[in-house]
Amino acid sequence: MIHHAVSRGLQSLAVLLIMSFVVYGLMGLMPGDPIDLMIAGDPHLTAADALRLKALYGLDKHWTERYLRWLAQLAQGELGYSRLYARPVLDALLPALGNTALLMAAALALALLVAVPLGILASLRPGSAFDHGINLLAFASVSLPTFWLGLMLMVVFAVQLGWLPASGMSDVSGGGGVLDRLRHMALPVATLALAGMGQYIRHMRAAMVGEAHHDYVRTARAKGCSPARIVLRHQLRNALIPVATILALEVGGLFSGALITETVFAWPGMGRLIFEAVMGNDFNLALVGLLLATAMTLLGSILADMAYAALDRRVNFR
Amino acid sequence: MSPIAARALRRLRRDLPALLGLAVLTVLVLLAVLSPWLLQDPEAMDLAALFAAPSAEHWLGTDELGRDVLARLAQGGRVSLAVAGATALLAAIIGTVLGLLAGYHGGTLDALLMRLTDGVMALPLLPLLIVLAAVDPSKLGIPPERLADEGIAIARIVAIIALVGWTTVARLVRAQTLSIKARDYVRAATAIGAGPRRIMIRHILPNVASPIVVAATLSVGHIVLIESALSFLGLGIRPPLASWGNMLTGAMNVVWSAPAQALWPGLAIFLTVLACNLAGDGLQRALDPRSGDAEF
Repeated sequence: MIHHAVSRGLQSLAVLLIMSFVVYGLMGLMPGDPIDLMIAGDPHLTAADALRLKALYGLDKHWTERYLRWLAQLAQGELGYSRLYARPVLDALLPALGNTALLMAAALALALLVAVPLGILASLRPGSAFDHGINLLAFASVSLPTFWLGLMLMVVFAVQLGWLPASGMSDVSGGGGVLDRLRHMALPVATLALAGMGQYIRHMRAAMVGEAHHDYVRTARAKGCSPARIVLRHQLRNALIPVATILALEVGGLFSGALITETVFAWPGMGRLIFEAVMGNDFNLALVGLLLATAMTLLGSILADMAYAALDRRVNFR
Repeated sequence: MSPIAARALRRLRRDLPALLGLAVLTVLVLLAVLSPWLLQDPEAMDLAALFAAPSAEHWLGTDELGRDVLARLAQGGRVSLAVAGATALLAAIIGTVLGLLAGYHGGTLDALLMRLTDGVMALPLLPLLIVLAAVDPSKLGIPPERLADEGIAIARIVAIIALVGWTTVARLVRAQTLSIKARDYVRAATAIGAGPRRIMIRHILPNVASPIVVAATLSVGHIVLIESALSFLGLGIRPPLASWGNMLTGAMNVVWSAPAQALWPGLAIFLTVLACNLAGDGLQRALDPRSGDAEF
């Protein structure tokens, strides 16, 4: 088990290294050049100044050489400076991480609160009209484009009814504490939860239906267990194993998964930060943000493996 | 008709959600293909009728430039469906080739290709696509004047999404190939001197066809979502060429003055994706040899 985790960890490091190299190369292919931007911003700069600036920032070197230097700095914990936010990369990233975690934790909790009971109910009578209805609902949920759902919720609850704020994290007036934060969270959390619950419903239902055929269920029924107890105490415990695995996978993706919702609602989280950094030529921030998001996703998939092995005694990694 | 196809058809005929999905998809494709003959010019502006309400002349009203919303929806549908179809096909081809090679040859090649697949699968999809889509093609040596071409714009987005979208098919095909290459008829074919290429194409490929079809159908819906998200963010299909995603960007900019604009393009995306998912799911059940006819 430990051996397995270590080898997965090393593989993930390799993936991260390759990813950083590829993304670094791609950044150089994006429109706009930091020095060009400086020249555009300051008419007094001459061509000679531009060359000197390029030499100063090392931009006269080939990009592979610059990549190696960047990597060496990263190894020393030097993440660089964000041009867009005018502060060290870490200072720009950390608040965004917190904001995303808040948004995603609330959305995940809400999605599970709806999905787990619905999945269990649908599994009780496979093939019934109720099951078909829930199935259709789950398909509708996974088919929802989040940017449209967010926009429609905004149209109804912010534009037409005026009940909730359309965007941001707090009011301009400085915010009214917890209630103000909750009001700003309502629409993005609802968007993410509505679009996310479908897959949990499907996984929950499939896992419950799968468990229903096992011998232990028949045994429990034979010894006179009540149906509710069989479902909730026996089946549910085992059915939660695959669902927990999916959850661990999701947790990794959470840090970049809300990119669209965060952009629509102007929520200052990781997804929006990465998007703006890429679009705004803020290479340092974009690179570190992307690598962090990738690292989280990889960590999530390792966690999913470990959770599966820890929860299900039948699995072992030799 | 082969017995497998006959059984699949028999099952599909009784699968209401799948039939519904297929029907919606057919209508959407027909509407998209026939729109130039049926509807108005999607580029024509009527500046006297901005944000017009639905009327006999403009069934779904007009947008911020007085363009007919229905005609633009149909044009957006042509683009979105063409991109999704082409991407699903390209991704399936890449996945099939890599999966066949990995499964048939095994060994180091298999290990390398599967690590690559795992690596790509583990990446955060949307941020990566944004980086790829933000790349300036003129820095890759494509002359800027050619980039204005519609075909190139569509090919660019197809290539970007297919580049990260082949992993599911690759895994499915590899797993199937591993089990099929151990069967007697494949060993018999090897014994009478058939080469690896002939065995892969003649003997293995037909037997992995149905999971490929299912995975490709299910991926179409996913691709429509991804393409419209990229277009919505301004990185996919760019105006004036309409796509459902960039129509929503326009709608978001006028959400306070004309909130109704946001309804139709999103509804079109939603229905298309839902229809693909229902059809793909139905196909999966119809083609699954393990499921009985009676089972849900």
